[in-house]
Amino acid sequence: MMAKKAKVKTPSPNVNEGKTPLIVMEDISIAFGGIKAVDHASADLYPGEVVALLGHNGAGKSTLIKILSGAYSRDTGTIYVDGKEATITNPRQAKGLGIETIYQTLALADNVDAAANLYLGREILTRWGTLDDAAMEAETRKVMGRLNPNFTRFKDPVKQLSGGQRQSVAIARAIHFNARILIMDEPTAALGPAETEQVGVLIKQLKKDGIGIFLISHDIHDVFDLADRVVVMKNGAVVGSANTQDVTKDEVLGMIILGKCPGGAIPGPGALAS
Amino acid sequence: MSSEQNNSEVTDFKESDFKESAMVKFLRATEVDTRMLGMIAALILIWTGFHYYGLFANGFGAFLTPRNLWNLSVQTSSIAVMATGMVLVIVTRHIDLSVGSLLGVTAMMMGVMQSWILPEYLGLGHPMIWVITVGLGIAFGTLIGAFHGFLIAYLGIPAFIVTLGGLLFWRGSAWWVARGETIAPLDTTFTLIGGGPYGTVGATGSWIFGAVVCVAIIVGLISGRKSRIRFGFELRPMWAEYLIGGIGMALTLGSVILMNSYPWPKGIVKRYAAANNLEIPEGGIFISHGFAIPVLVALAVALAMTFLATRTRFGRYVFAIGGNPEAAELAGINTKKITLLIFALMGALTGVAAVIASARLNSATNALGQIDELYVIAAAVIGGTSFAGGIGTIYGAILGALVMQSLQSGMVLVGFDAAVQQMVVGAVLVTAVWVDTLYRKNST
Repeated sequence: MMAKKAKVKTPSPNVNEGKTPLIVMEDISIAFGGIKAVDHASADLYPGEVVALLGHNGAGKSTLIKILSGAYSRDTGTIYVDGKEATITNPRQAKGLGIETIYQTLALADNVDAAANLYLGREILTRWGTLDDAAMEAETRKVMGRLNPNFTRFKDPVKQLSGGQRQSVAIARAIHFNARILIMDEPTAALGPAETEQVGVLIKQLKKDGIGIFLISHDIHDVFDLADRVVVMKNGAVVGSANTQDVTKDEVLGMIILGKCPGGAIPGPGALAS
Repeated sequence: MSSEQNNSEVTDFKESDFKESAMVKFLRATEVDTRMLGMIAALILIWTGFHYYGLFANGFGAFLTPRNLWNLSVQTSSIAVMATGMVLVIVTRHIDLSVGSLLGVTAMMMGVMQSWILPEYLGLGHPMIWVITVGLGIAFGTLIGAFHGFLIAYLGIPAFIVTLGGLLFWRGSAWWVARGETIAPLDTTFTLIGGGPYGTVGATGSWIFGAVVCVAIIVGLISGRKSRIRFGFELRPMWAEYLIGGIGMALTLGSVILMNSYPWPKGIVKRYAAANNLEIPEGGIFISHGFAIPVLVALAVALAMTFLATRTRFGRYVFAIGGNPEAAELAGINTKKITLLIFALMGALTGVAAVIASARLNSATNALGQIDELYVIAAAVIGGTSFAGGIGTIYGAILGALVMQSLQSGMVLVGFDAAVQQMVVGAVLVTAVWVDTLYRKNST
């Protein structure tokens, strides 16, 4: 209230105070050749929270998130999962910790069907140790029935599916195995308005289940209403983070474009010196 | 997240295109791969083509005779065995140019082992000689294949380069093993694996084999139907099940009859009769060849490889890597390990092929398997394996090997020169891949 009167916003208190964060990424850096793709970036995520990771193309957000999902190995920095230091050097370890990722490219094996993609790397086996395709297909039919009742093409390679159907396969794969931390990299980039709406509904549902979600986007309009907090990156560094209620879309745009941190946000190392 | 839109697309598609012809309905009901039908049609065309060409041009059609088809089955075995492995290599977007040379060096090593080294310790003709030789040969091939795989997967050297180097290196080593000497004859039990009149299972054996295959077809169809019922999936109509079972069994028993109707040559019968104190009655004895052992080996390999490719995790990963290597890696698949294993498997199969090839010739020479790599790659590609990765079948490769070998021996039978033979094989390879490209464009 005081802050409002003075017309200078300050960050509202952390609503997650006292809770154990699902993820803390601290001081993460990675360089490719001479280019620092991520430069001493930090971010955290709490249960049931949606954190939007924003920035231009090439700001380092996808790279940062690929470090969390195990696709890249960081040069420096520490990752804590449930408050404990975690080793994540490959995708298998990340999945073992309950970190699931929906990649921007969807990362589907185009030549095999939905069930094979859903269970890729985690196949159901018969007691003889062979693939139990029937069981996997039956299970896939159940999952897809909940997620996308219109989905009927279980026998076709996913290459032959529409963008929305492929997306739903990728989403099903990420949430089917009891994910606790979900990373969605531009989840709506390839979708029409109706499908984008459905993704929004799904995110609210997952949030209710206590899953923490990192939502990555270069378009603030996609994610602003869904997110509890935003973290903005520019040139590999974190400009700042804020509870969405403390900042306006325009202010966040200022963070993305200029690197200018408004009063409602906590500035990071990448913030423009005022 | 399918929208209304693309759902309606699907229904539109159903309404307009699913007023299907009887042919399409038939193919859907039987779930037969149209590509396989195309290959079988091509094969029939080649066979009858050569037969009638011979009949009209030379006055004698030699192709569609039990003798030629029996020989064809034996000649195809070695290439077919390697082609099953090449499918997995090409599916993962790699290539193996070294298999011909690797076959050569493995055969030389086995030749030295069974003819020079083992008889000194075990005595000539000891029954364990062939077992040890085959075991070592396959192990040797596996080891070299794994080494190639290591260089490709862990050191990041392209497969083309590693195996091109292997092509030169192992051909050179094949000469080195015995300084270019030809090693012959080989162990008599060992040579049975190459076929020949004695290297067959005979009429009774072939009938037993045929019966076992028929039972397997029936059991397979029934258990497939049961598992579909268990999960409530769509069933094939009963007539289609009967048709598939019927055709499968007819083909099996037909080939048993075919293989059994090729008798031993008179000279061999005479020698056999003399050795077993048999009287040869007037008109001679009809002793059937039946299936040759290398053919049974190739069929067993094909079955095992089909199982590996379609029913195991390893096979699933091979195809996933071929479809999208990055996605496979992100899904937590250890793609490097799988790559190494694929090349090790290719090496093991080359070892098996080396056994068949050298046993058939009853000798090991350093030139054995020269340009086999090209025939193996051609067989896999004609059989529908795509260089773009992710697509290929084992049975396709076997059919591809049969097509290649049919062309080759057909041209020898009708008397084309070697130069023309090469030109035809080259042209057929390019045409086959072009037709396949058209087929794929139309099917998606």
